[in-house]
Amino acid sequence: MDATAPDCALRPDASGQPTLYLSGDWTEGQPTPAPSRLQDMLARIEPPGPVALDLSGIGDWDSQLPAFCLRWMNLCRSRGIDCERRRHGSSLDDLLDLATATPPREARPRSAGWLSAAAIRRNLHEIGEQVQESLAFVGDATVACATCMMPGSSMRWSDLKLYCAQAGPGALPIITLTSILVGMILAYLGAVQLKEFGAEVYVADLVGIGMLREMGALMTAVVMAGRTGAAYAAQIGTMQSNDEIDALTTLGLSPMEFLVAPRLLALALMMPLLTIYANVLGMLGGAIVAGGMGISPLAYLSELVTVLAPGHFMVGLSKSLLFAVLIAIAGCRAGMSAGRSSAGVGDATTEAVVTAVVYLIVADAGMNILFQQVGV
Amino acid sequence: MIQEPVIEVHGLCMAYGSTVVQRDLDFAVFPGDIFVIMGGSGCGKSTLLRHLLGLKTPAAGDVLYHGRSLMSASAAERRVMRRSWGITYQSGGLFSAMSLAENVALPLHQYTQYEAATIDDIVAYKLALVGLDGFQDYLPEEISGGMRKRAALARAIALDPEILFFDEPSAGLDPVSSRRLDDLILQIKESTGATVVMVTHELPSIFAIATNSVYLDAETRTMIDYGDPGWLRTHSEQPVVRQFLNREADVRPSGDVSGEDDRG
Repeated sequence: MDATAPDCALRPDASGQPTLYLSGDWTEGQPTPAPSRLQDMLARIEPPGPVALDLSGIGDWDSQLPAFCLRWMNLCRSRGIDCERRRHGSSLDDLLDLATATPPREARPRSAGWLSAAAIRRNLHEIGEQVQESLAFVGDATVACATCMMPGSSMRWSDLKLYCAQAGPGALPIITLTSILVGMILAYLGAVQLKEFGAEVYVADLVGIGMLREMGALMTAVVMAGRTGAAYAAQIGTMQSNDEIDALTTLGLSPMEFLVAPRLLALALMMPLLTIYANVLGMLGGAIVAGGMGISPLAYLSELVTVLAPGHFMVGLSKSLLFAVLIAIAGCRAGMSAGRSSAGVGDATTEAVVTAVVYLIVADAGMNILFQQVGV
Repeated sequence: MIQEPVIEVHGLCMAYGSTVVQRDLDFAVFPGDIFVIMGGSGCGKSTLLRHLLGLKTPAAGDVLYHGRSLMSASAAERRVMRRSWGITYQSGGLFSAMSLAENVALPLHQYTQYEAATIDDIVAYKLALVGLDGFQDYLPEEISGGMRKRAALARAIALDPEILFFDEPSAGLDPVSSRRLDDLILQIKESTGATVVMVTHELPSIFAIATNSVYLDAETRTMIDYGDPGWLRTHSEQPVVRQFLNREADVRPSGDVSGEDDRG
C-alpha cells in the first residue's frame, strides 16, 4: 500500500459544525501540513464557536500526529474556542487523553533583551551582590584561617599537608618550564635594545630585576591560577552538587574552616617558595641566552649579584603572598557558589580562573604603584 | 501463539575485574511485558541493566535483541538497535546544560528528519504526555525531582521506542508521586505498546505494574527465581524471594548458609 500524504482540511460536517478533518499517513518522511495553516483556518471560522476534530481518515501515524492535534487543541483553547475531539477508537485516544490530562502551563515569558532598562538594572544589582558576597567571603575566610590557628578548629592538618604537596612539589615541573622560558624571553627582550649600546652584559641586570620584582611572582601566579585555583573550584563545586557541603554544615563542621582554610593556607605557604624557585630558574634561563650572546657565565653572575638587593627580593615575595591569597579566594568562592549541576561545576571553574587572573593583574598594578610611591 | 522474545539473555556473567557480580543469568523478555529486575541492594541490578544496554561488556554470555546478538553487533547495528530504546537513568540523566525542550529534542534531531517546527510540536506533545507542557524553557535544575523523573521519561519516549528501560524510576520520590509515575509509565506503555524493563526494589512499583520478573540474589551471585512477582510472592520455592516480596525484615541467616554450601 502506498502512503498517502498527510493533509488537514476544515469544513462543516453533516450537522454543519466546523470540523478539522485529518487524513493520510502521518509518518516520518511525509510532508506534513505547515503548522501555520492551522492559525489561518482558525481565523476563518465564522462565527467563532465550537469546532470538532475528526481523525477517521488517518492511516499510519507516529508522534507527529498527536503532536499536531495537540497544537490544534492548544490553539483553540488560546482563542477561547471549544474543541470536541471525536474518538478514533485506537491508542491515539489514550495518548491524547494523557497529553491533555494536565493543562499546559503558560510558557515562561522570554527575558527582554540585555539592553533593556530592566536587564541593566538587574545586572547592576547582580554585580553589586557579587561584590558584597566576595567581600563577605574574604572576611569569612580570614576568620576561618585565624580560627584554624587555635586548637579545636575543624581544619585537619592532614588536609593541609595534602594540599601543600599538591600545590607545591606537584607544581614544580610546570613552574620549571615556564620560569626558564620567561627568563630567556626577558634576556632576548633586553638584548635587542642593549646591543645598540654595546652593553649586552646588562642583560643580567634586566633578567635579575625582572624576575625578582615582577615576572617570577606573576608567572607563577598565572600558572597556579590555572592549575590550582581551577582545581579548587572544581573540587568544591563537585562537593556542592553532591550535597557534601550541606553534610559538613549539618555535621557542625564549618565548610570555611574545613575546605577553604587549608587550601588558602597551603597556597599561601607554597607560592612564595615556588616564586623563589622560579626566580632562580629564570636567572638561569637568562644565563643561557647571555651565553649565546658571548657573555661568559662568570661575567653574567658577577653582573647579576650587583642587582640582587633584598628590596627587590621582598617585593616579589610580598606579591606572591598576596597573589596566593587572591587565587585561593577566587577558586574557593567560585566553588562554594557553584550551581548544583555538572554545568555549574564547569562554570565555577571558568569563573575561578578568569577572576583570579583579573585579580592578579589589578593587584600587581596596585602593588607596583604602591612600591613606586614608597620607593622600594 | 508463541511469541518471539524481544530480549534474550544467555548465560550472562557479569564481573568487575575478577569480582563476579552475577553469573549464569538466563531469561527472556517478551513483547508487551513489564519486566522487573529485582533484588536487594548491591546485588547487581543496575549492572545487569548496563549490560543489557551494551554499556558494559559481559565476562561471558550474550544478550540478544530479536535474536540478534548485541555483543557482536557492529557500531552501525548497535545504533539501529539503540534507536528503538528509551532509557531513564537513576538520577534522570537529563543534560543539565540544556533546557527540557532541548533535552527531548536531542534524540529527535539525532535520529529523525523532521522539520524544526514539527520537532517543536513533538517536544510539546511528549512533555504534555508527562504533564510538563509549558516547561520547555526550564533547565533541569530549576524543576523538582519528581518533574525531572517525568522529563527524563519524556526524553525516553521521544522516539516512540519499542523497549523502555527504567533504572529505579521512582527512587527518591514520595509514595504519591511514585504511584503517579508508575501510573504514567503504565499508561504510556499501554498506549504505545512498548515493552518495559525496569530495575526496582520498591514493592508498590513491582506489584502495581510488573508482569514478569527476575530475582538476583546477592549471596549466591545468580538469579534464584524468575516469573510473575505476584505469583512468586506466594509460590516461590525460594524463601528469600518470598520474604523480599512480602517485605519481611527478618531474612533468616540461612541465606548465608546456603551461599556457603554453594561455594563448598
